[in-house]
Amino acid sequence: MDIVVCVKQIPDPAAPQSFDGSNNLDRSGKLILDEADTYGVEMALQLVESTGGGEVSVVSMGSANDVSGVRSALAMGAARATVVSDESLRGSDALTTAKVLAAAIRRHPFDLVLAATESSDGYTGTMPVQLAELLSLPSVTFAKAVAIEGTTLRVQRQTELGYDEVTAPLPALVTLTAGVVEPRYASFKGIMAAKSKPIEVLSVADLGIGGPVGAAGAREAVVAIDAAEARQAGEKYVDEGDGAERIVAFLESIKVL
Amino acid sequence: MDSAPIWVLAEPAEGTFTTTSLELLSHARGLSSEVAAITWGAGGALAAPAGEYGATTLYDVGDLGGALPGVPVAAAIAGLIERGGAPRAILIPSSYDGRDVAGRLSARLDRPVLTNATGLSDDGGLVTEHPVFGGSLLVRARFSAEGPGIVVVRAKSFSAEASGGAPASVVAAPPGELGTTNAAAIVAHHVEERTGPQLEEAAVVVSGGRGLGEAPAYSLIEELAGLLHGAAGASRAIVDAGWVPYSRQVGQTGKTVKPTVYIACGISGATQHMVGMKGSKNIVAVNKDPDAPIFQIADLGIVGDVHTVLPALIERLRAR
Repeated sequence: MDIVVCVKQIPDPAAPQSFDGSNNLDRSGKLILDEADTYGVEMALQLVESTGGGEVSVVSMGSANDVSGVRSALAMGAARATVVSDESLRGSDALTTAKVLAAAIRRHPFDLVLAATESSDGYTGTMPVQLAELLSLPSVTFAKAVAIEGTTLRVQRQTELGYDEVTAPLPALVTLTAGVVEPRYASFKGIMAAKSKPIEVLSVADLGIGGPVGAAGAREAVVAIDAAEARQAGEKYVDEGDGAERIVAFLESIKVL
Repeated sequence: MDSAPIWVLAEPAEGTFTTTSLELLSHARGLSSEVAAITWGAGGALAAPAGEYGATTLYDVGDLGGALPGVPVAAAIAGLIERGGAPRAILIPSSYDGRDVAGRLSARLDRPVLTNATGLSDDGGLVTEHPVFGGSLLVRARFSAEGPGIVVVRAKSFSAEASGGAPASVVAAPPGELGTTNAAAIVAHHVEERTGPQLEEAAVVVSGGRGLGEAPAYSLIEELAGLLHGAAGASRAIVDAGWVPYSRQVGQTGKTVKPTVYIACGISGATQHMVGMKGSKNIVAVNKDPDAPIFQIADLGIVGDVHTVLPALIERLRAR
């Protein structure tokens, strides 16, 4: 069972975000592995173990100047990484990203592609399904549990009312909701081993992608960026045993009670 | 008003369409005199609600035979475009199935998608609105190439208002041959027990965060939500930690809620969370940290421990 996990290096979500001069998210600072992707890496490692071996690889698009986020996935246990890095990709939209990752994934055989439901920085949330369509794969999104039975994938897919049991033949693509597995911490041994694991860096030319990419290929444009209407802070009290009473009084004042 | 059609993905739900679908149909009426709904499953039986909310045509993909909607519905829409021409835009609810359809359709048509839209207006062309950075900024965007643009719209962006239109004329829109991409099949539905309203529809939302300390303490949130006839929500932190399922998550990567009152318990107010709830009419926050950002947008802030304030509140409400 060979599993490819799509991962993204993002600016630390705890740090303030801003736009660069081209209205793209400023990514000039330190980049980390999106925590949303750690569930995919963990799930892939568990599935490979439970199905009797195989390889977990990660694929990513972004700057190759700083690959410490990708190394974090290798330190968890992934065997190798592919990073597509090209100045021309700056400003790419989700569909271009899917085209790039599809081209990178096609270079090696695989049984399953895993991704997060959305990234924590851009949170567009359409790239994985676009990728499935480009790779002609069935997809099961919003998975809360994944099992492999022979060549069949069995997924619990989140719904508004609970979940659906969904099956699909392999190869397939699955997106995982957060919290479905507990991502392992990289061990010291894992961190040391990751330093010598292969990271293949590819350009757009290496992948033979036709047509414009990056900002030139994006077919959406920002018209304006404005400050949103701000909310005002109301009253704040330190609880001295009267907190519950104050909440009840407030709920009465707005006629919820 | 523009006569170029606007299509709306209208997800079937218990004899009508989901609320977000009705919101999109209602809003589309103001942008085009020709609104079409696209649905599946119950099909023709929904001509009345489709017309009532402003669609003149209802495209019916038909029975999906247990397949997830993403692949067949996107194929059916692509087929309609090949046969009869493209609409000006395709509006899709930001739901589990809606997002699948949007992604499949985008790749199939080689057309862009704008997601997480909370506004859509006509300014010599369609302009979408997207709150970013915790809702502190509003980005306006447009498609800059040949259409149709695909817009995925968040719940509660518009209000659902019936127009009293006649039933829509139903047109069959079969998906055609699909092959293995359509091989994901639903084999069983599991309904988890739920009392009270859905998160996005509730007048009262009580949400819990990391400040609850441990997973079992989430029962305080559920009990409080129950007593207020509301729904229980969660911050991303406790969803990531596996305490509650993703369907409970309020925020940028979760749901947008706009209840009459939102009660945030043990939630510090990360930008990721705020964007999903700052449209609430009233906000109450309970948090130990007096400097928690949530207090900057709360109408009533209680600096205190959720483990003492919530049980006291539950006791008072029970006694009423």
